[in-house]
Order: sequence, then C-alpha cells, then structure tokens
Amino acid sequence: MSAETVSVTGWGRTAPSTARLIRPRTYEEAVAAVRDCGVRGGIPRGLGRAYGDAAQNAGGAVFDMTGLDRIHAIDADGGTVLCGAGVSLHTLMRVLLPLGWFVPVTPGTRYVTVGGAIGADIHGKNHHVSGSFARHVLSFELLTADGTIRTVGEGSPLFEATAGGMGLTGMILTATVRLQPVETSLMAVDTERAADLDDLMARLTATDHRYRYSVAWIDLLARGAATGRAVLTRGDHAPLDALPARTRGNPLAFRPARLPAAPAVLPEGLLTRRTVGLFNEVWYRRAPRARIGELQRLSAFFHPLDGVPHWNRVYGRAGFVQYQFVVGHGQEDALRRIVGRISAHRCPSFLAVLKRFGEADPGWLSFPRPGWTLALDIPAGLPGLDVLLDELDGEVAAAGGRVYLAKDSRLRPDLLTAMYPRLDDFRALRAELDPRGVFVSDLSRRLNL
Amino acid sequence: MKDAFGLPQSLLVLGGTSEIALATARRLIARRTRTVWLAGRPSHALESAAAELGALGADVRTVAFDALDPDSHEAVLGKVFAEGDIDVVLLAFGILGDQARDEREPSAAVRVAQTNYTGAVSAGLVSARALQAQGHGSLVVLSSVAGERARRSNFIYGSSKAGLDAFAQGLGDALHGTGVHVMVVRPGFVRTRMTAGLDEAPLATTPDAVAAAVELGLRRRSETVWVPGVLRVVMSALRHVPRGLFRRLPV
Repeated sequence: MSAETVSVTGWGRTAPSTARLIRPRTYEEAVAAVRDCGVRGGIPRGLGRAYGDAAQNAGGAVFDMTGLDRIHAIDADGGTVLCGAGVSLHTLMRVLLPLGWFVPVTPGTRYVTVGGAIGADIHGKNHHVSGSFARHVLSFELLTADGTIRTVGEGSPLFEATAGGMGLTGMILTATVRLQPVETSLMAVDTERAADLDDLMARLTATDHRYRYSVAWIDLLARGAATGRAVLTRGDHAPLDALPARTRGNPLAFRPARLPAAPAVLPEGLLTRRTVGLFNEVWYRRAPRARIGELQRLSAFFHPLDGVPHWNRVYGRAGFVQYQFVVGHGQEDALRRIVGRISAHRCPSFLAVLKRFGEADPGWLSFPRPGWTLALDIPAGLPGLDVLLDELDGEVAAAGGRVYLAKDSRLRPDLLTAMYPRLDDFRALRAELDPRGVFVSDLSRRLNL
Repeated sequence: MKDAFGLPQSLLVLGGTSEIALATARRLIARRTRTVWLAGRPSHALESAAAELGALGADVRTVAFDALDPDSHEAVLGKVFAEGDIDVVLLAFGILGDQARDEREPSAAVRVAQTNYTGAVSAGLVSARALQAQGHGSLVVLSSVAGERARRSNFIYGSSKAGLDAFAQGLGDALHGTGVHVMVVRPGFVRTRMTAGLDEAPLATTPDAVAAAVELGLRRRSETVWVPGVLRVVMSALRHVPRGLFRRLPV
C-alpha cells in the first residue's frame, strides 16, 4: 500500500493542506489503513470533485479510494450493480449503458465515485423525480472506526447518517445500487429561454413534472429587467423509436467527447466581469427561444464540462468557490433577494444553475429539500466575496434553507445547526461509533461536524 | 481551519501586547477567528488586551511567554498547540531599543538582538514544527523595512530585523510544500507606542493598515508583504544606492 505526503485541495483549489495519501486496494489494506492512520485520523477521498475541504485532512491520512475500483456483480435483469466504492460513475456508464442501464442519479460530472456519491448524497437534474443518489442505494459495506466491516441497509440510522455524512461515519467499501433502464444513450432535450427570474420559476413550476431531467442555466450578470434570465434544458432518455434509422443499430453507444485538458498554468484574470458577461450574453442569445426534442449525447446533456479535463484551472492560482444553497417553496422572495444581490455585486459567474428540488432525502445531512437550489462558481479572489457570501448565508438561514457541504469551503460554523436540524443526531452517532475521532476532515474541523 | 479565503479560526500571537498584532486580531475576529492565544510576559497590558479582544466575541486566553528564554519555548508553545490546531501564528514581539544607549552599552544592544532575532529563531522553529505536524497553518513574521538596509540611525534594531527577515525567508522555503505557509511582513514606520516620540519617517503607516495588509496576504498566501505596498519599490531602489550617498540620506 503506497503512502506519500502530498498537498491536497478540493476541486476549487483553495485552502490546501498536507496529508499522507494512502491508497488501499483490498479490504485488508483498508482495515490496516484505518487502524494505523494515527492521531490526526483519516478521511476517504474519491476523485476530488468536492469543491471545498471535505476530502482533505491536514496532518493526517487521506484514503484514496480509487483503488477499490472493481465492479463485482451486475444484475442485468433486475437492474442493480454491486461495485467497489472507488468505481466512478464514468466507469459505470461505460459498462452499464451497453446493457441498457444508466446510473440512477448523476451530478454535473461523471468523475465522481460511488462512495463519494453516497458520502455527499449527490443529486442531479432528476432530483424532482428521483431524489438523491442514496435513495437508489440498497445497501453498502462500511468500515467503521473500530475496524469492523458492517453491512448497512437502507432505512437504518447508520445508513441515514452515512448518506450525506461526508465520509465521517466510516469508509464505504462497496455499494449495491439500483439502476435506471434506458433504451438509448441519447437524450431528447427541450430548450427554452426565460426572460427573467420570475418567468423562470413560473416555467419550472408549471412544467417540470413533464420531464425526468430539468435544469436552468441562469445569467447572474444580467441586471435590471433581465435579472435572472435563463436557458432551461429539460428532457428524458430518448426512446429507441426517436432515433434516426441510421443510428438505431447501435443505440446504446457511449462516446463522450473529450477536448484537450486546460493547461497547468494559465494567465491570471481570465474570468473577469467583462469576459464572463460576454460569455453569458452569447450563451443566452445562441440558445433557441424554444426547441423540442433535440437529440443530445448523454455527456453533452449531463456533463458538458467533463469534456475539458482540469477545467477548474481557468480560475487561476487563487481558485474558486462554489456556492450552492436551497430555500424552500414559499421562500421565492429570499431567492429573488439573493439573486438580486449576486447580480448587484457583479459576480463573474458563468456556471450558475437553478433547479427545483423534489422531496427531501432521508440522509441526516443530505442537502436537498423541496424548493429552489442555486449553484454558482465565483473566483475566490473577487474582492468582498467573503462578506457577500456571509450575508447570503444569513438570508438562506433566515429562510430556513441550507448550503451544500460538498461545495462548501467557507461557511460560518454557527449557522450549521439551523441549516441542518439533525446535526445533533449526527454528532451523537459519531461520538458513539467513533469516540476517538478516527474519521475526521478539514471540513469537519472547520465546521465542528 | 482556514477557509477558502485564508481566514483563520484560531490565532496565536507571540508578543501579545503588540499594537500591530492586536489590530490584526481585531480584524480577524471580525471575520472568522474565534480562538485567540496571547503569549507574552504576564502583565496588566496583556490581560487588558485579552479582555478587549474577548469583548469582540473571541475566546481569548493568555499564556506566559518570554522571548528571552528560548529554553522555555518548546514547553510553553507545546501546551498551546496541544489544546487544538492553530491556523495562524503571528510572531509579533520585538523591541526597538535606544540606538544611542545601545551603542554605549553593548549588553543593552545584545538584548535587542536576543529578543528580535534569537528569540524569534527559537519561537519560529518551535511554531513551524507544530504547524508542520498539523499539516496546515501560516506563520506570519513581523519584520521591518529597517532590516532591508541598515541605517546609521537604528542599525542595531535594523540588523536584528535583517537576521529575522533572512531566517523567516529561509524557513518559508524550507516549509514549502509542507502545507505550512510563512509570510514575512515588512512595515515601514508604524505609529505605535514603540515609535512614539521618534521623528516620523516618510510613508509612515498605522497598525490598522498593517493588519489589513496581513489579512490580504493571508488571503493571497503571499510570501512577502510590504506596508505600505509602495515600499517594495522604494526599498528596492534604496538598496542599490551607493554607501557614500546612502550615509548622507536623511532617513
């Protein structure tokens, strides 16, 4: 088992800390890694797509889970897969699509592991229909601080603490996941524009139920009457008969496009208000006012950014912050105020998305709850950003909402209990399960999870 | 832990009555800092500084620390770090001395050197090791423009800061890649108790301005910070002025 001391950050490349990176490849190595991780503990890490410090552990161990990358069993009739926690959704798609199955939930990148998907209890464009990832997990094996491996089934307290528990209850080794049947690897996508935030919310409220997948890209640099203008893209897996005759022969091919990686060193200041404003203008104008049933590749619909490896480098040395919050239905005024403030602050954000969540998920620290979620990327060096986000936190908390821990790198800790009412249960379970605090991360230290 | 903006949750001040350090602490408490350790010689000033910061909402504790007693540093600072992670160590102790008297009394001059240089070497190394063990954190070292080029009027103080500055730069290089960040802060003339009664040098600044520069440096993970920033250019030029001319400059 290799171990090297490395500097670790999240996808946002802020707040680096140093840890021993340990890559277990077997159960035995995983048990040994947890047993021997030392006084500063350890935290599992997948593909490092959490934006903040969730998969960092300063001075301790970080368990690189990508060594547990085997798919153990596929039930091609029933639609379940049993695989190692380090298997990526990309791998699952590559293997399962030809068999007519798709992952139940995918975020904006397929380069996340199954373990990470449970740990952050990720959601996707189908949350309003399908809920979070953990809802489709039948069971998982969890290596806990005492060195035992437990099989944890859905519905149990340990399952619900682990779903969204940010790796702090233990190390997931394998999981059994229920899959989504598909006839083709293409998406039938409807696109439309919304003129402003109210128009956008009205459209999402009225017609989201018709689509399995729904998301809106929102222009947060637009001001005045255009504040919150957006492009909605919604759709479902294309049925076989929607395909043109020439592609029906191989309807389940998975061929994601891939461009060259962003270079390691880029000039600073690429993303200014001017460049991003221009990008947003073009993006909005080039979107059709209304288009029905366009066939898109899965990768283009779900994971456009995965086409550019290391795209996070465009934010330069200072890195970036992703801010994602949810406020409940009935709190549209809070959402309007927040969008107005972001727009007034002129945050150069070109990756902002608004989504309408469905029912809340059972994980104690799961992020989604019914309402509106907005996610945006902002360069960390933007002056006044820390104060602005603190003020937005206040709005979010006052509206009974919360911010997403998998994205967080800067929340004020005292707001956490208001945002996550089951935090005390989570802390109590951890205190009992892991009294010495073996599983610990920079995130858990910063927020006192 | 520091957040994405480099703002610390816990702060250890070495030289707990330093006006620059306290201005910095006030700024950081206004953002994320909740735990502050003030290390210094036990005094009324130290306790009232702690009370003042405590009133701002931080959990402030004082600890007896003497720069002139390097043998005690390991134990004293070890206790602080044992209580929990320290995100930023601000090495702020130092004395100006009295140039004229120090020239007459070598033992007084040695005291300046021992406080500003050897005391800082010891405390800096002890802190660096503790930060390295926790895998993160910043060591902020208050140097001075006086260390950039020794001047007739305060070369004893200046030479001690020159030594400190060189030490801190080297330490920063030694710790590069360990997760620990060392930042050297070089203020010009700062209006404080320490400089009260002295003739003000050009580009004089205030403790609050230095504190703001420290906060910005933490955000940017800067290695060197000049206060005011224009001193970087000014000192770069002064550094290359020939000796004969430099002697006659009114600085």
